[in-house]
Amino acid sequence: MTTKLFGTRVPRVEDQRLLRGRGTYADDVLVGQRVLHAAVLRSPHAHARILDIDVSEVLDVEGVHAVWTFDDLTGPMAEPLPLLIPHPALTHGRTQFALAKDEVNHVGEAIAFVVAEDRYVAEDAVGRIRVDYEFLEPVVGIDAARAATRLVHDDVPGNVGARLEQENGDARAAIAAAPHTLSLDLTVERSACQPLEGRGTVARWDPDLGRMTVWTSTQTSTGVRGCVAAKLGLDLGQVDVITPDVGGGFGVKINHPWPEELLVPLAARILGVPVKFTEDRREHFISSAHERGQQHHVEVGFDDGGRVLGLDVQFWHDHGAYTPYGLIVPIITSTQLLGPYKPGAYRVVFESLYTNTVMVTPYRGAGRPQGCFVMERTMDAIAATLGKDRTEVRAANFIQPDEFPYDQGLVFQDGRELEYDSGDYPASLEKLKALVGWDEFEAFRAEMAAEGRRVGIGLACYVEGTGVGPYEGAHVHVETSGKVKVATGLTTQGQGHQTAFAQIVADELGVPFEMVEVTTGDTRRMPYAVGTFASRAAVMSGSAVHLAAKAAREKAFRIAAEALEASVDDLEISDGVIRVAGTDSAIDLGTVAVLSNPLRYAFDEASKAATQFSVGDPGKPPVAEDDEPGLEGKDFYSPERSTFASGMHAVIVETDPDTAEITILKYAVVHDCGHLINPMIVEGQIHGGVAQGVGGALYERMAYDESGQLLNASFMDFLMPYVTEVPAGIDIDHLETPSPLNPLGIKGAGEAGVIPSAAVFAAAIEDAEGIPITAMPISPSELFTLREAHLPEETA
Amino acid sequence: MTEEVHDVRLQVNGATHAVTVPARRLLSDALRHDCGLTGTHVGCEHGVCGACTVLMDGRPVRSCLVLAVSAEDTEVTTVEGLAEDTGEDDTVLSPVQQAFSDCHGLQCGFCTPGFLTTITAGLRANPDPTEDEARDMIAGNLCRCTGYQNIVKAVLRAAELTREGR
Repeated sequence: MTTKLFGTRVPRVEDQRLLRGRGTYADDVLVGQRVLHAAVLRSPHAHARILDIDVSEVLDVEGVHAVWTFDDLTGPMAEPLPLLIPHPALTHGRTQFALAKDEVNHVGEAIAFVVAEDRYVAEDAVGRIRVDYEFLEPVVGIDAARAATRLVHDDVPGNVGARLEQENGDARAAIAAAPHTLSLDLTVERSACQPLEGRGTVARWDPDLGRMTVWTSTQTSTGVRGCVAAKLGLDLGQVDVITPDVGGGFGVKINHPWPEELLVPLAARILGVPVKFTEDRREHFISSAHERGQQHHVEVGFDDGGRVLGLDVQFWHDHGAYTPYGLIVPIITSTQLLGPYKPGAYRVVFESLYTNTVMVTPYRGAGRPQGCFVMERTMDAIAATLGKDRTEVRAANFIQPDEFPYDQGLVFQDGRELEYDSGDYPASLEKLKALVGWDEFEAFRAEMAAEGRRVGIGLACYVEGTGVGPYEGAHVHVETSGKVKVATGLTTQGQGHQTAFAQIVADELGVPFEMVEVTTGDTRRMPYAVGTFASRAAVMSGSAVHLAAKAAREKAFRIAAEALEASVDDLEISDGVIRVAGTDSAIDLGTVAVLSNPLRYAFDEASKAATQFSVGDPGKPPVAEDDEPGLEGKDFYSPERSTFASGMHAVIVETDPDTAEITILKYAVVHDCGHLINPMIVEGQIHGGVAQGVGGALYERMAYDESGQLLNASFMDFLMPYVTEVPAGIDIDHLETPSPLNPLGIKGAGEAGVIPSAAVFAAAIEDAEGIPITAMPISPSELFTLREAHLPEETA
Repeated sequence: MTEEVHDVRLQVNGATHAVTVPARRLLSDALRHDCGLTGTHVGCEHGVCGACTVLMDGRPVRSCLVLAVSAEDTEVTTVEGLAEDTGEDDTVLSPVQQAFSDCHGLQCGFCTPGFLTTITAGLRANPDPTEDEARDMIAGNLCRCTGYQNIVKAVLRAAELTREGR
C-alpha cells in the first residue's frame, strides 16, 4: 500500500539540487554562453526635473553596445508602466515610465539603461552619463505628505492618491454612547522584504522562431509574460517566461513589470544577443519597493466587560512615489485590522499619500502587521483602562466557533465580502496561554524582580485572509515510464512547493512520491496562472493539483477497467499499479499511459507490455469524440472567497535596566491553517515569519533624511536579524479548523509568522516597562529615550 | 579605453581553471561567470550577508571581497566541492549538507551555500559545538527565510553525523 503522504514531514525534494549548488536562480541562467550585461543609471535626487541627458561619452567605452534613455523608447514602451490593480478609490493613480520622462520622483528611479560586455564595463559607462537636473523640493514622510505644502505630482492635490472609507454599523454613534472611550495614535515605520537574491532578468530573442524567452526572478511568471508581450508589441504566444529558483520574494517580487523586466527583453531583441540584468543590493534598496509605513488614529468605545461597542480608525498610508500595485496594502490593513473580533460597529477611513520615496508594494503580511498592531494595542489599552487581564478582554470580543461563516460586513482586498470561513479562537487562546505560561507569569515576574531583572509578557491575535482568487490551475501528465510530470503556473520562492504538491499528487494518483516531478512558474507548461503571494499557493495550486491528479486518476481507471475487463468500482491503485481488488489482475500506470494514446509504435518497455491489452471498440474511431489522447489531467480551482487562517503569538521579553536592550526569553505560537500538507514546511514558514517579525518589531526602518536620501541602503546599515537576534527556540502548537472552501481543507501559512510581531513585542515591552508603546520598531536607544521622557511623570 | 587583463589559474574544488580577468574582477564573479560555478551566490556585494562564502585553503572568506587575481596559489572550495564525488550517478552529500536536508535548514536556498561552507570550516575547528557555539558559528551569515531555528539544529546534526563517521 502506498502510505498517505498528506500531513507528514516529507523531506524536501528541492534540497538535493540546492544543497549541491545546482539551483538555477536568474543570474545562473546562460552562464558559459555569450550574454551581455546591463546596468542602470538611477536618479541621485528624490525630486528633480530632467533638463538634459548627455550620453555622448558612453559609447566610447570599449565593450559598450548600447544605451537607452526615455527618448529612445517608442510605442507602448514610451507609455507609463501599468497600474496593475486599479480601484475606484484610487482617483489619482500614478506609475513610473520604464525610463524617467522629464521628472524623477525618488532616489533610485531608472533614467538610462546601458548594455555592455560585462557588468563592470556597463557601470563604467553609466558613470559617464551626464544629466542636468532642476532640483525640486521633495516630500518625505507622512507628515510632509499630509501637510502638502509641496506636491510630489503637480496634478495630485494634497498628495492624496486615494481615500477609502468603509463602515459596518454606526461606529461614531456607538462610541458616543459607550460607557468608556479611548483615543490612540499608533505608528509603524517603513521596512522592506530584502530577499537575499535581488531582482534579476535574462532574455533571449530567437529571430528564427520569433520567440522571446525571459527568465526572471518573479512571483508571477504569467504576469511578466503579459507585460512583456504588451509592451514589446509581441503576441502573447511569442513570449515564454520561466522562473526557475527564486532566492526569496516576501512580496517584493510580485510587482511587475519592473523597468528592467521590459528593458532587458527589448535590448535582447534589438541587439540580437541575450541580455542579463542582476540587481545589486543598493539598487534593491532604492529601486524596488518597501512597505509598512503608516500612521493611525483610533477612537474606541467599550463596556465594563471590555466589549468593543464602536471602533473608528483613521489612517494614513505612505505609498511612495507611485502606485503600480494599487491599494492592496491599506485595504488589507483596513479590513484585517478586525482580527478575530466582532466590534459592535466599525468605521475605517484611510488616505494613501504620495511621497518622494521608493514605492510601496506588499511585504510579507501585507498591511496586516499594521492592522494587528492597531487592534491589539487597542485591546491592551482597554484592558489597562479596566484593570482586566488582557486575555479576558480579547475573549470578550472573539467571534465564537458556532458563528462561522462570519460576515464582517466589509469588502476585502479581492473585492469579495470579508467573510471568515472557519476558526476556533477561544480554543486557540487556551492553547497559547498554556504554551507560554500566561497564568504563571506573575510568579515568574516576581522571581525575576527579586534578582533585579525586568520582564514583560505580551500576546497578540490575528486572522489572515489567505488563498485569494481568482484561480490557479495544474496539469498532470503520466508518462509511459510511469513518471508523473506536474505543472502549476505559480512560482516558488522557497516554500517547498515541489515537495508539497508532489505529496498531494502521490496520494491522489496512488504513485510513489519519487515518481512525481513538479514544475512551477514556467508559462510553457501552464500559461494560465496568477502568482505566489498572499499565502495562496497551497490553497490555490494545492487544490488545483489535487483536482488535476483526480482527473488523471479517473481517466487511468477508465482505461484500466477496459483493459482488465473489470468495473471501475473494483479497481484500486497503489505504488503506480492499478489492480482489480483482491485479484492478481493488474496493470502499470505507465502501460495505461501507452493505452491512452492509440499509436502503433513500441517506443519502450511499457509500450511492449501494452500489446497484451486491447482497448477500444474496433467499430469506432480510436479517439472517441469526448476524449483526447494521453493520460493527463488538467483542472483549475477558483474559490468563492478567501479562506481565513488565524493564530496567536505570545512573547516574554527582558529589558535591561541600564542599556534598554530587549532580550527574548520565550516565544510561543499557536497557529491554525486548517489541514497541514507538510508540518515540517509549515513550521519552517512560521520560524521565518517570526524572524522577519522580530526584525520589523525591533530593528528595521528605512532611514530617509529630509532630502529623500535613504541613509541605510545597505546590509551594513539596515539591521536585519542574524541568528543572534531571533528567539533561541519557538514553541509552536497547531489547531486545525479545516476550510470548507477547498477540497483539502487547507488555509495559507506563509505570512502568519510576521503579522502579530510588532503588536506582541510592543505589548511585552510595555508590560515590562510600564510605559505606553505606540510606535514600532523600538530600538534600545528609543526605549531609553522613552524612559527618560516618562521619568518626570513618575517622580512628580 | 582598453582594460588590462591578467591570466590567473584558479584551483577550485580540485580542478584548475585558467581565466583571463581584469584586476578588479571579484572572486565571486570569476567563480560564477568565468568558471561556471554558479553555486556561490552574491547577496550584498559588501561582505555582510555571507551568501558568497567560499573556503580558501580551508578558511571561510567572503568571495565578494576578494579579487580573483589574489586567489591564485590558493585552494578554493565552493559549495559544488562539498559533496563527495563517488563516480556514480550522483554525489554523496557531506555531513553538513545532509544535516541541512534532515533538519529543513533551507527554504529558498540562496544563502545556503554560504552557510554550508561556513559550517564546514566551523566544524573542522570545533567538531563538537554546544548549541551556543553552533549559533556563534553561523552568526555572520544572513538568512531571510528560515529564522535560523533549523540551521542551528543542522549544525548540531552535522557534528553528530561527522562523529558517526559519515
